[in-house]
Amino acid sequence: MKVDIEQRILAANDELASANRSRFADHGVFVLDLMASPGAGKTSTILATIDALRDRYAIAVIEGDIASKVDAEKVRAHGIPAVQINTGGACHLESAMIRRAVDTLDLDALDLIIIENVGNLVCPSDFDLGESAKVMILSVPEGHDKPQKYPNIFQVSEAVILNKCDTMPVFDFDEAEFTSVVRSLNGVAPIFPISATKGDGVAEWAEWLAGRIEAAKAEAAS
Amino acid sequence: MHEMGIAEGILSSAITAAEDAGATKINEVDITVGVLTEVMEDALHFAWEAIRTGTMAEAAVLNVTMLDARSQCADCGHEWGHDRYSGAQCPSCSGYLVRLLTGRELKIDSIDID
Ligand SMILES: Nc1nc2c(ncn2[C@@H]2O[C@H](COP(=O)(O)OP(=O)(O)OP(=O)(O)O)[C@@H](O)[C@H]2O)c(=O)[nH]1
Ligand SMILES: [Mg+2]
Ligand SMILES: [Zn+2]
Ligand SMILES: [Zn+2]
Repeated sequence: MKVDIEQRILAANDELASANRSRFADHGVFVLDLMASPGAGKTSTILATIDALRDRYAIAVIEGDIASKVDAEKVRAHGIPAVQINTGGACHLESAMIRRAVDTLDLDALDLIIIENVGNLVCPSDFDLGESAKVMILSVPEGHDKPQKYPNIFQVSEAVILNKCDTMPVFDFDEAEFTSVVRSLNGVAPIFPISATKGDGVAEWAEWLAGRIEAAKAEAAS
Repeated sequence: MHEMGIAEGILSSAITAAEDAGATKINEVDITVGVLTEVMEDALHFAWEAIRTGTMAEAAVLNVTMLDARSQCADCGHEWGHDRYSGAQCPSCSGYLVRLLTGRELKIDSIDID
């Protein structure tokens, strides 16, 4: 006997993600899901973004890693609240993990939560966490051909950060080729070339983020 | 990379639906996967065979239908099918304001039970 089900396979994740999203909206908190390969500079970019925006916004960070709490400690050493999630082997964060992490934060006191997803260019793009925006980082040493190999993550991202631009001469990175391939996959996402550890380009990226935070606040107030 | 978790999601939904229907055995499970997801069909079959053991889906066949991507242009209304790489720009008017119609699906369609 054949029985129709018509059900999303990730229905459980999607429902919790929607619940997270309305909770963030109720509190007027902007939530950024930052995705990149291991070592691309997620934590460095988060620290640079904190420095650029901490005078204007109250910020907290959720750190997703397979194991260890070193990234949360780096953020706390910067004077910013941080929650560490250890996925215990899972290669991406899911909305239930975000809900548990958010339970330990005071949402009323926050404007911005940055989530550092698990280092992976593949599956974080398939999982809705309830975030306000997904943004990805590619770092120059990974090579300008990566958009061709990992199209999905470039397509779901609302902005693309190109990090470690100070190393461009060493790696023969073809920025024009990179930009044109990103454009063929995603016609609208702005591309921000930065050096997270040196500070170049961080102001432009932070302004874009501030614009998105203000737009979310205006929407919550209306 | 996370096909095991996906396979678990399929199995638990299929078993719940089968039990609701009073069945004792699942023969087939039909699912649809959009080509824009990061799910690999081979890895999914591999994961499925590993986790169905010892359940009422022990011998259940997983039928996977891969669904192509389609987008529609917000400027000129043109609708077209495309692969993973060519959905960002309208082939008719070259506009970038495009809306994805299909390609990110990940759903169970039906089960065959006794
Ligand atoms: N030259 C250069 N090095 C950088 C830059 N940004 C980060 N790095 C270095 O890259 C390495 C990895 O940076 P992290 O910020 O830890 O990267 P991550 O993506 O958070 O790494 P995981 O969390 O381990 O996946 C560190 O040694 C950083 O100092 C940059 O703009 N330029
Ligand atoms: Mg890190
Ligand atoms: Zn995964
Ligand atoms: Zn068009």
